[in-house]
Amino acid sequence: MGFDQYHEPPEELPAETRTFARLCASLEEESQAIGWYQQRLAVEPDPEARSIMADAQGEEFKHFAMDLEFLLRRTPRWRQIAEGVLFQEGDIVEHGEAAEAESGEDADAEAATPNDGSLGIGSLKGEGR
Amino acid sequence: MNHLLRGQAPLSDGNWKLLDGEARERLRGALAARRLVDFSGPHGWEHSATNLGRATPIGTAPCDGVVAAQRRVLPLAELRADFSVSLSELRDDDRGAPDADLEDLDRAARQIAIAENVAVFHGWEGAAIGGIAEASPIEPRPLGESGEDYPRSVARAVEALRERGVGGPYGLALGPDEHLHAIETAEHGGYPLMDHLAKILCDGPIVWAPGVRGAVVLSLRGGDFLFESGQDLSIGYSHHDGEAAHLYLEESFSFVVATPEAAAPLTS
Repeated sequence: MGFDQYHEPPEELPAETRTFARLCASLEEESQAIGWYQQRLAVEPDPEARSIMADAQGEEFKHFAMDLEFLLRRTPRWRQIAEGVLFQEGDIVEHGEAAEAESGEDADAEAATPNDGSLGIGSLKGEGR
Repeated sequence: MNHLLRGQAPLSDGNWKLLDGEARERLRGALAARRLVDFSGPHGWEHSATNLGRATPIGTAPCDGVVAAQRRVLPLAELRADFSVSLSELRDDDRGAPDADLEDLDRAARQIAIAENVAVFHGWEGAAIGGIAEASPIEPRPLGESGEDYPRSVARAVEALRERGVGGPYGLALGPDEHLHAIETAEHGGYPLMDHLAKILCDGPIVWAPGVRGAVVLSLRGGDFLFESGQDLSIGYSHHDGEAAHLYLEESFSFVVATPEAAAPLTS
């Protein structure tokens, strides 16, 4: 079994990051398979064989979508950018640039917010009129 | 997900951003004690007690030849203020409505801020917290009937602190009525009273303090008044029904007056 999905020593990575990396690898494999089936369908003349390949490619579409949804649920900024780009009419690059810019502003605010769920008020000492 | 169970609430990310932002804004304005005392933490919801550095002798030891003592700690107290938000208001917020009705959240934020201020300035017997004003050995003096009396009263309070070797800068917590008098008053010649008070306090802060009765002048040099936060103010999820999400504001903290003579109370 290979462990190529890890770029850092696996023993140093938290469990959720290892899971994240596994799903990223799976997403990559599904998209690769979608591309392979696309090429095979382009050259295969036998209708029965084409039908099987098309069905198999549909499976890969489903797998890809499930992997992607999992990763987006675990990565709010990625999800926010995806929401600004996916299923939108119009210029894809423009949507991408706008979504990235907006998510950057939110990421800055998020970075200042503690991850314990608190409001992050803390000390206000010295603040007055 | 931690004990706040925020992930269980029927709220979108945008709804949470709205509620957290509103609560933060309301609380920051009303949390007077935090503007004037030392703040430690937050140390987390699991943090249960403040070390007082003291021990009480235990008369009976497990066997002869040893002496025994037990450490004294101050358990953290919890405050919680429930509130509800209409689900239809939250859906309207998702649609981009700029005027969501968060009145109940505002009420809860004000209540829990007042509770914290009262505990710090006037004490909370049930939680074994002594308040700054009540702990002070300095005899309370009247602040005065009108705003024009305030500079003399505050100057005397600052002088009382200096006489006890308590250095500045100094801060002033004013109850809501007293604060209103102060900002409304212009002294003879039109000089704003707040500017005059700030000079007396060596440019220390003057704080609107809902829950405070009268006023308190205290040193901000540090080490005198110790607020220890376990879980800092947070919004948690209780439950929901078909009409509303039932949430709450919550915090845990302790408060210790280390130098009672570092504050001078003024009565209204």
